[in-house]
Amino acid sequence: MSSLADQIPAYLPAWRRFKDRAATATISGGGASVLVAILLIFFYLIYEVLPLFTGASLEPRAQFAMAQGVQSEYVAIEEQGELAMSVGNDNVVRFFQTEDGAIRDSVELPGSGGTLAVVAQDSPESRLLALGYADGTVRLMRHQYRITYPNDQRLITPAVEFPNGDAAFTLSDQAITALAVRDAEEGLVLVSLHDNGELHGLRITRDENFLTGEVEITEESLSLPAGGNTVSVYVGSSQRWLYLLGDDGSYRVVDLKHRGADIVLPVVDRGQLFEGRGNLSASALLLGGISVLAASDEGELAQYFMVQGEAGPRLQRIREFDTDGETVTALIAEHRRKGFAALGQQGRIQLFHTTAHRRVLDEQLDFSLPVEPHSALSPRGNQLLLQQSNGDYRGVALDNKHPDISWSALWDKVWYESYPEPDYIWQSSASNNDFEPKYSFSPLAFGTLKAAFYAMLIAAPLAICGAIYTAYFMAPALRRKIKPLIELMEALPTVILGFLAGLWLAPFIEDKLTGVVIILLVMPVGVLLFAFAWSRLPVNLRTQVPDGWHAALLIPVVLFLGWFSFAISDAVELWLFGGDMRVWVTNDLGISFDQRNALVVGIAMGMAVIPTIFSIAEDAIFSVPKHLSFGSLALGATPWQTLVGVVLPTASPGIFSALMIGMGRAVGETMIVLMATGNTPIMDINIFEGMRTLAANIAVEVPEAEVDSTHYRVLFLAAFVLFLFTFVVNTLAELIRQRLRIKYGSL
Amino acid sequence: MTEETRKELQQVSSASLGSWVKSGEPMVWINAAAVSMSVIAVIGLLALLAVRGFGHFWPGQVLAAQVEDGSSVRPIMGEVVDQVEVSGEQLRSAGYTLTGPGPFYGRSLLKQGNRDQYGTDFVWLIDEQVKERDFPTTAMVIERTEWGNFYGYLGKVISEGEVVADAADDDGAAWRAFQTSIDQTLAVREDIHHVERVEIGHINYELERLRLRQRSLELQGKDTPEALAELAERRAELDAEYRVLQDQLRELYASIQDHSYTALLADGREVTLPLARVVRAYRPNDMSLLGKIGFYFSKLWEFLSDEPREANTEGGVFPAMFGTVMMVILMSIIVTPFGVVAAVYLREYARQGFVTRVIRVAVNNLAGVPSIVYGVFGLGFFVYFIGAELDQVFFPEALPSPTFGTPGLMWASLTLALLTLPVVIVATEEGLARIPKAVREGSLALGATRAETLWRVVLPMASPAMMTGLILAVARAAGEVAPLMLVGVVKLAPTLPVDGNFPYVHLDQKFMHLGFHIYDVGFQSPNVEAARPLVYATALLLVAIIALLNFAAVALRNRLRERYKALEH
Repeated sequence: MSSLADQIPAYLPAWRRFKDRAATATISGGGASVLVAILLIFFYLIYEVLPLFTGASLEPRAQFAMAQGVQSEYVAIEEQGELAMSVGNDNVVRFFQTEDGAIRDSVELPGSGGTLAVVAQDSPESRLLALGYADGTVRLMRHQYRITYPNDQRLITPAVEFPNGDAAFTLSDQAITALAVRDAEEGLVLVSLHDNGELHGLRITRDENFLTGEVEITEESLSLPAGGNTVSVYVGSSQRWLYLLGDDGSYRVVDLKHRGADIVLPVVDRGQLFEGRGNLSASALLLGGISVLAASDEGELAQYFMVQGEAGPRLQRIREFDTDGETVTALIAEHRRKGFAALGQQGRIQLFHTTAHRRVLDEQLDFSLPVEPHSALSPRGNQLLLQQSNGDYRGVALDNKHPDISWSALWDKVWYESYPEPDYIWQSSASNNDFEPKYSFSPLAFGTLKAAFYAMLIAAPLAICGAIYTAYFMAPALRRKIKPLIELMEALPTVILGFLAGLWLAPFIEDKLTGVVIILLVMPVGVLLFAFAWSRLPVNLRTQVPDGWHAALLIPVVLFLGWFSFAISDAVELWLFGGDMRVWVTNDLGISFDQRNALVVGIAMGMAVIPTIFSIAEDAIFSVPKHLSFGSLALGATPWQTLVGVVLPTASPGIFSALMIGMGRAVGETMIVLMATGNTPIMDINIFEGMRTLAANIAVEVPEAEVDSTHYRVLFLAAFVLFLFTFVVNTLAELIRQRLRIKYGSL
Repeated sequence: MTEETRKELQQVSSASLGSWVKSGEPMVWINAAAVSMSVIAVIGLLALLAVRGFGHFWPGQVLAAQVEDGSSVRPIMGEVVDQVEVSGEQLRSAGYTLTGPGPFYGRSLLKQGNRDQYGTDFVWLIDEQVKERDFPTTAMVIERTEWGNFYGYLGKVISEGEVVADAADDDGAAWRAFQTSIDQTLAVREDIHHVERVEIGHINYELERLRLRQRSLELQGKDTPEALAELAERRAELDAEYRVLQDQLRELYASIQDHSYTALLADGREVTLPLARVVRAYRPNDMSLLGKIGFYFSKLWEFLSDEPREANTEGGVFPAMFGTVMMVILMSIIVTPFGVVAAVYLREYARQGFVTRVIRVAVNNLAGVPSIVYGVFGLGFFVYFIGAELDQVFFPEALPSPTFGTPGLMWASLTLALLTLPVVIVATEEGLARIPKAVREGSLALGATRAETLWRVVLPMASPAMMTGLILAVARAAGEVAPLMLVGVVKLAPTLPVDGNFPYVHLDQKFMHLGFHIYDVGFQSPNVEAARPLVYATALLLVAIIALLNFAAVALRNRLRERYKALEH
């Protein structure tokens, strides 16, 4: 900085010169790297968040041929992605390597059920398949994989098991054209569509006797309506809804659990799937078995699920996916996520995610697909096995780590499965695997702003009024003591404020709610009454208290008013609210009341931000040049008029920046909110209910989030949002303050 | 006061309400009230903490009474810990029959203890139902290592199946015998603790190191038979030592096993309980004031010096205190040099211009970034990124169990150092800016190099400012909990981060922290009611530690200021 510093004396001995150079290098290098390190936080957060928004990519592998002349009816990939299996129409199950198609093992299916016609799968997790034969019989099979590590090498041993043994279910003597199976704890449901257009259903119930442990199996045949033009059948995961999709895009939903005298199970809803009146070209069940996906030959693709409407349950069209006009001929649902792949006949592949309502990938492959391709997605979603139109197989490696986040999933209302309407929900994890994660930032951002709002509601008037008085009216001797005292609070750990709020203030407010309300009315009125009475006192008495000591004078008054408010609260409560204001609020006003609510948070967090706002605002008011106010006073204005007319306008940018910084603190505060609210992510402005803030949410969920999972990155995104918000607010405040400084300098 | 002002005041005072309002005087009073309320809030908060925190150690009177609920009469015993007024309506709707005039009825929260007998520690009683209140001098409180406090009367003291003393015969002698037995078992327990924690802990630590050595040799391909034999020999030695200690331990355990005592519950039942579980027994109703004061300080000392018991709800907080101070000190050691170097660079070496201005604003604003963001950064960057790398390079033998790739003391200190770095930089920079140019130029003119000027003149003069920065950093770091929850704090750490095992300071260990202790015990504990007084005491201790750290730094700063005062003029 000083030019003199650059003038190195000519006679400087070498070692001193060296030392000087070394110091310069060390400090420059060290200092710059420290500064870079702090700024690193910004880039690291971006680095963690960015993968959420990058799309997916794919890489085709070599093609290979399987057993010649055998038509595969079904293919699947096991967990590790090393092996795949196919069920051929020659009644042989083949396990082969996904890498090159080399057959590892093959198993002949038992029984001579004629030609295998259809294979239907239960949820991908159970690996249960129903095999439908041309003679109308159905067999069950399950593919299993055992992993061992001989010589530290992974070895996967595939196996086929038949839950029902050799026995087959005979639903009809006609060939099966479509089949659906759904297995659950209590039983299994099979529905088949036959050549003659008939639908047959079978419900097998397992009843385990608690005492003997014997399993009793009952078979009950379901009487279903006629098939009509149905081409696809699906049974939902609750085993309640049977979806029948017609080739003309019509649908019917049958209630399988209908209890009634009807002979045939009733169709509860029917209609057209497509707005464009196209014909059905592909359909599938999404993971979890709640949503149906259907595509038309005119390029429409949409998701549907059952919603309880006013006129009973109906199949609701939830959202459309933009296929860019491509006719989708196959839909493959992912095994772990609510995503799916849509394949076009010409080899165009698109990956979608339903909750995020997002197309993650759109790519044209260099081969075309058959009319009815049998393809499989690996359980981890990183591999796709496609059948080419020439019958060969082709592996495709997928890189699709975070399809489930999009702008709309984070901030807009999303219609989640099993919800009656679109909503803002944060629910990041659940116990079951087919859970639909709900990553809506809206309730969290709302909670954050709600907490900050109530905190500011309490802190802003107290801190700014206090700052005005301390800077402008207070006697200097008193000011020297009061200012550090209030600023002392800044060093008070927020965990202590939070704990007092949660364990002391919350029960206290619940118990003495009336007193808290009364204090809001009594305090200003009481202070004003005292002030007026004081102005009526004889001058001699008044001048005993020097100017600028009002605050000290008021301390006993405020204490008395506080005590008074709580002393009369019981009587008032009895008189106005029948003895319990809490009950009155809940029952008569219909406002729900949580013990740990926004009021408690507001007070506690208010206490935490008062010192920040007070300190900055006080400095701003105090540093307004004195000659300005002297001029105003000399012209006859009262002190208050001078304050309002001259001092506050000059200091207002400073006060504004104080508020901004206080707001920034309230937004990022974690411990108080964590301890003083119930941490429920709800969107309700009600002062008597809690909230969950972004910061508290991070503190609660980060330790449990799996590293580099979507959930983990979403929490980083929450941190990034917080970071950006406070950074912008603080920068704004800082710029305003700097301008203020320049302005004062010119005065 | 001059005659004019007096007159003027007279005028104002006799003015009407309207002109009083117009003069703005009411608003001035309202503003003054805001200051008063803030001051009351601050002082009230500290007072609340002090009263509840210090009150925790005082022995409360033990109440023995009969509770008459309708026709049934039930004897109770315990300490009254809370009292509230409840509306009659609320009580009636809860199914109580009330006889008093109302409309409000007193309710007391009684700590009846004896969780092993009654299931719950606390009961709510309606004051009007509590009859025959008495504070018997023979009522005793026993603090135990499990099941919380015991309230009752002493019965017999039994040693090796024989009754040593019976309170029914001679209460005084029985009480004395009881205390002697407690002291004896406590001494044995102390020995057991020493053997288990220190000696066996040391052997376990050594064994673990041997295992890691062996693994590391295997990884390097140096697992020659000689090297392995050496390790096996050492292991055999340790095993032998271990067996000796185990025998010793078994003996110690046996020596306290067959001591027990019987006690009478409030309802007259006699129960036999093991002496080995007793921490302390006392009769608060029989204590003199001096005795109570002595008891108070012994409890206070236990709180400060002991380890927590019973899921942290009883006993002391020493490990948490140690962890807090250790973390703050480590943080200070890290943050000061880096902060100062950055500030010196920014102020003295960097070319001043737009870029430095932007950096300055950015650094300033980083101080306002929520601490949880730093926690997330620390977890992602330090723990999972750098820590995992360190493990790969330096601790491959311990993998897959992580050494530095998991939250720990070092990462916590580093995260907090990063959090407080802006504070130190800003404060140091302000100090540097205040140093007059003439002083620097004087030094340079005398032929000193830039580095010499910096080292001999500038830095010493800026040292009070650095201390100010450090004070602010310490104040912020000591109370910060949210980021620590992600990068290293646990509710119960089995060992301190500093112990007698090489390398003595274990930066990779997780640690306990007073702030997190407050959160954990107050909000995650299964028995919040019982833990609450302890939380107040812990909060008070945390405030005291922060104040102490602050005062120490302030004193240091003032000394530095004194020393360099002459230079500034």
